[in-house]
Amino acid sequence: MIEFRSVTKRFPDGTVAVDDFSLVLPSHKTTVLVGSSGSGKTTLLRMVNRMVDPSSGSIEIDGEDTSTLEPVALRRRIGYVMQNSGLLPHLKVLDNVATVPVLNGVPRREARQQALTLLDTVGLDRALADRYPSQLSGGQQQRVGVARGLAADPNILLMDEPFGAVDPIVRDELQQELIRLQRELGKTVVFVTHDIDEAFLLGDQVVILEQGGRIAQVGSPTEIMEAPASDFVASFIGADRGKRALSIRKTEHGFILVDGEGRAAGVLVGTADAG
Amino acid sequence: MNWILDNLDLMLELTLQHIRLSLPPIILGFLISVPLGWVAYRFQLTRGFLLTVAGLLYTIPSLALFVILPPILGISFLSEINITIALTIYAVAILTRSVADALGSVDPAVRDCATAMGYGPWRRFWTVEFPLAGPVTLAGLRVAAVSTVSLVTVGILIGVQSLGYLFTNGLQRRILVEVFAGVVLVVLVALLIDALLAMAGRRLMPWAPRPRSSRRLALRGSAAPE
Repeated sequence: MIEFRSVTKRFPDGTVAVDDFSLVLPSHKTTVLVGSSGSGKTTLLRMVNRMVDPSSGSIEIDGEDTSTLEPVALRRRIGYVMQNSGLLPHLKVLDNVATVPVLNGVPRREARQQALTLLDTVGLDRALADRYPSQLSGGQQQRVGVARGLAADPNILLMDEPFGAVDPIVRDELQQELIRLQRELGKTVVFVTHDIDEAFLLGDQVVILEQGGRIAQVGSPTEIMEAPASDFVASFIGADRGKRALSIRKTEHGFILVDGEGRAAGVLVGTADAG
Repeated sequence: MNWILDNLDLMLELTLQHIRLSLPPIILGFLISVPLGWVAYRFQLTRGFLLTVAGLLYTIPSLALFVILPPILGISFLSEINITIALTIYAVAILTRSVADALGSVDPAVRDCATAMGYGPWRRFWTVEFPLAGPVTLAGLRVAAVSTVSLVTVGILIGVQSLGYLFTNGLQRRILVEVFAGVVLVVLVALLIDALLAMAGRRLMPWAPRPRSSRRLALRGSAAPE
């Protein structure tokens, strides 16, 4: 469990990125922080592994205040996946994946062996192990990034817009892959994105942020969709327009659903008793 | 041409001597420039000062250095160490800027990511930043190496034997072909050392982009689709 307690971050230039932010992120669940730029979502993420230290307030991991922990050691037990993969260009794929275990003192041979298994886990061909990152496609690099994040078997995985720079088809694949992985591994995932669809798809708990890290609404995707807490949320999730504003239209053969533009979005097959 | 055929032994001996004199300043200059370049890169305040001073060093005439150094260091005017120290100073002048620029050329996102994974500062420098600064550093090192090889010839003016001997001796005795042979041999030594450095670079940095080579593109093309 990760807990933010009245966290404020003021940067030296005076910008307040996060103002009095409190939130509990449950273990083994995916929490998605979603907001536009300036919402402080990346700052919040980077405070978990002390890449950024809060100006006031505290962050606890399983009841332990992170400010009492040594940052380098803390970072080694938290997986980190970033946009554009952040792979080390001078290391082969296998050594990139093995980085954190090697930093932790695992013998190189053993770490490499383990890294090979991780390539399988994230659905990469073992033949890519000896390539350099620049020789892979964007989607492959991102998979390597995920494998590297998982290599030290951390309880917590931080993901900073990891699928933001790949094309929509690959992004779709990677999202499905992450859902599968999370079902198997059950990590405590903190995921940052500006894409509300991605947030609703991946998040058990979705946190919608306004400017300065103010929480507009926290809840499951269903809760947020059913009852947007404010006009800001309603507009942010697009409940009032486009493909989320569905209405039923009767036709000769039954009912169809149409979106905000009046285009057919689906067929009504019954009523679901969702929880 | 006769002069060349009659003096092959002398030319070989001077070439070897020339290489022997060239290597220490290149190596020492490199070793000294890494910490200096790092300081210039790391601390913005020192950057302007260090790089200006380093640049100015290069403008000191070599003969002046040969005259100034012995009394300062308490060595003989005719000592070989004179050459080594003077040329090391020139190498440092070139390389400090190269190393600072090279460290600055490392992608901040990669540095940031290394930190996020749990690299400590020391380890991150030696295993991530320094290797990634390699291509730009090497470019500077090759310039410094060629410059050193050509400057070694000046040593003949204080009596240190090198290919420079062929210049002074050829001029005094009006044997133009001897001077010409000297120029060619200096160029060859410079090319040789440059080629060795380039080869070492490819060996040590197989990941670096290679200009004028289609290999990387070929590998890119073969990257399997998702």
